[in-house]
Amino acid sequence: MNMRRKLVTVATASALALGLAAFAAPASAQEKEKPIRIGVVTFLSGAAAGPFGVPARNGAEVAAEALNGGKVPAPYTAAGLGGAPIELLFVDEAGGTTKQVNEFRNLVQRDNVDLVIGYISSGDCLAVAPVAEELKRLTVFFDCGTPRIFEDASYKYLFRTGATATMDNTAAALYVTEMKPALKKFAGINQNYAWGQDSWNDFEAAMKVLKPGVDMGTSQMPKLLAGQYGAEISALLTSGADVVHSSFWGGDAEALILQGAPRGLFKKSTIVMTAGEPTLVRLGTQVPEGTVIGARGPFNMFAPDNELNRWFRKAYEDRYAVVPSYPAYKMVQAILGVKAAWEKAQAANGGKRPSQDQVIAAFENLSFEGPGGKVDMALGKGHQAVQGTAYGITKNVGGKVTVVNVKRYPASRVTPPDGVKSEEWIKSGFKTAK
Amino acid sequence: MASLVSVLIDGIIYSSYLFIIALGLTLIYGVMKILNMAHGSLYALGAYVAATLIGAWFNAGLNPYGSLALLALSALLVGVIAGPIIERGLLRFMYGKDEIVLILVTYSIFLILEDVIKLIWGVESYTAFQPYGLLGNIDIGALPYTVYDALLVVVAVLVGVAVTFVLTRTRQGKLLVAVIHDREISAAMGINVGRVYFITFTIGTMLAALGGALIAPKVSVVPAMGVEVIVLAFAVVVIGGLGSLPGAALGALIVGLVRSAAVHYLPEVELFSIYLVMALVLIVRPKGLFSAAEARKI
Repeated sequence: MNMRRKLVTVATASALALGLAAFAAPASAQEKEKPIRIGVVTFLSGAAAGPFGVPARNGAEVAAEALNGGKVPAPYTAAGLGGAPIELLFVDEAGGTTKQVNEFRNLVQRDNVDLVIGYISSGDCLAVAPVAEELKRLTVFFDCGTPRIFEDASYKYLFRTGATATMDNTAAALYVTEMKPALKKFAGINQNYAWGQDSWNDFEAAMKVLKPGVDMGTSQMPKLLAGQYGAEISALLTSGADVVHSSFWGGDAEALILQGAPRGLFKKSTIVMTAGEPTLVRLGTQVPEGTVIGARGPFNMFAPDNELNRWFRKAYEDRYAVVPSYPAYKMVQAILGVKAAWEKAQAANGGKRPSQDQVIAAFENLSFEGPGGKVDMALGKGHQAVQGTAYGITKNVGGKVTVVNVKRYPASRVTPPDGVKSEEWIKSGFKTAK
Repeated sequence: MASLVSVLIDGIIYSSYLFIIALGLTLIYGVMKILNMAHGSLYALGAYVAATLIGAWFNAGLNPYGSLALLALSALLVGVIAGPIIERGLLRFMYGKDEIVLILVTYSIFLILEDVIKLIWGVESYTAFQPYGLLGNIDIGALPYTVYDALLVVVAVLVGVAVTFVLTRTRQGKLLVAVIHDREISAAMGINVGRVYFITFTIGTMLAALGGALIAPKVSVVPAMGVEVIVLAFAVVVIGGLGSLPGAALGALIVGLVRSAAVHYLPEVELFSIYLVMALVLIVRPKGLFSAAEARKI
């Protein structure tokens, strides 16, 4: 269990790409490009592997292969990173923070990776952040949601290309208050650990600001991976809440739907699932109609209809025969962010391979495009991304689940300004939100 | 009042599930003096087999009600395959060793089984939700409950009655009780202790797998699902008294009702409530509520 899984993937396309490129560029210049080794850390075992870790790994493989083959649309048409092929080293994120800190040290000191992209768990992110700084190695968090990373400290070597969980819960509160202006009571069911507690606190605070005088019903906090929610569903049914907030993910989210739907929970209350999009991919029409779904950003069904998104969806579906869920999108977003920074730094360095410090300088305050649209590294002194998000409700059309009544929220409306902590920002009534 | 009814019903449903799993655990401990850490993985194995069979059943378009029989079949399959492999292949070489060594052995089996599950089913989740809604709902008080959950309670009662009957009314059962009481004397009296161990472990495995199979339609079958259940099952048998069948029943009922009451009235202490009860019981009865008096051996 929790065995370290390490796969070295050098996409075969890179050889082909280099071979083809040899016709257009001097052979010596291309051949001398040393591969850029990227440590990729996601859950490859345990409960978070299926819904998050594996789609993220798949996203990384699709992106690396396509980048090495020069098959990614503009502005990422150059092969690899500035012409150098990408080499991925996968590490399993399962096993807890102590193990992850050791694995991170191994990646940097033993495997000598050029950079690390990874981490889904906020706990792992909080543990790895100071070590990345200590080892002075460029590290990019792609998914974990805790706003505390850049709100409580500042880093030179650390970046995060995904928005924080504050955005998810603020936008959820905005969506339900706009959707149900007459709502009188809300309740929640969240997992009893940092992610669930932070999500509920943000949602509760945002609801109280947006709907002063609203009643708060029960706040259920079952243990992570509890699996059975019979009593919780009864409590929610008796609470009479108009809206039930849940940041459940993975198997817990699926179990809540499978147990709650037959008992009428989803009919009695509007259920808001802030990380519900992978569940939609997994359960399809089993997710009851009228469920409010978020994807932790403009991903999958919320992604813009641009060339990058079309390319990624097709490449992913062709390879894995399933639509990419948000962790896959966020992983690709991180890799493209690194590519944008790397090539900006390389251009400023006269076309020569940039140093780590040059890449970091280029990454700070960078704006880049991903399959989910534009990403601005606007918080945490240019190290933390902001991005808009979207919510919608499920509707079954032609035997397939779709999301309708989609509302989009720009980053400025659902994210605090730089230097302001999320909690204070929400309680202040979203001051400076446009 | 409505809330009190909900507390009772939710508690009894949860207790039923816990009882089936804890019964296997306590039976194995009672007879073999092995605290089986792999019990959770056998539970998960039952859930995975059930999810696979139910998936295939519905994909083949067969009679939906037949899927209910697959739940029992899954438990049987896991019991007669995994049980003997583990007992004959590994545990029998460890009998007589210190209980701590046996805990480590079963822990290693747990680790192996977790990876076996990963090798066979991967890390994706599996669902087998069809049987859960198949039998419809019943309204109790103001709340709807699924008939499947009522069925779960019936199965738990039947399993409890069947095991009690076998232990108290059949020759094999009485031999088993004799081994529980004193292994050495039983062996001296000509009881084939090895065979009793084999049967006990197989039945215990079957009960763990039955718990998993019955729960598969309600949950998403995911890696590590066995880890959570083993902690709860241990709490149940510790409260009831290790090796005691009525103890497992009472322990399951206490845990189920306490958890349900906490969820309804004080959700913030739900996680803590079970362990609080366990601690209180252990203060008063350090060996659990139904611990049998032990003969002192010199």
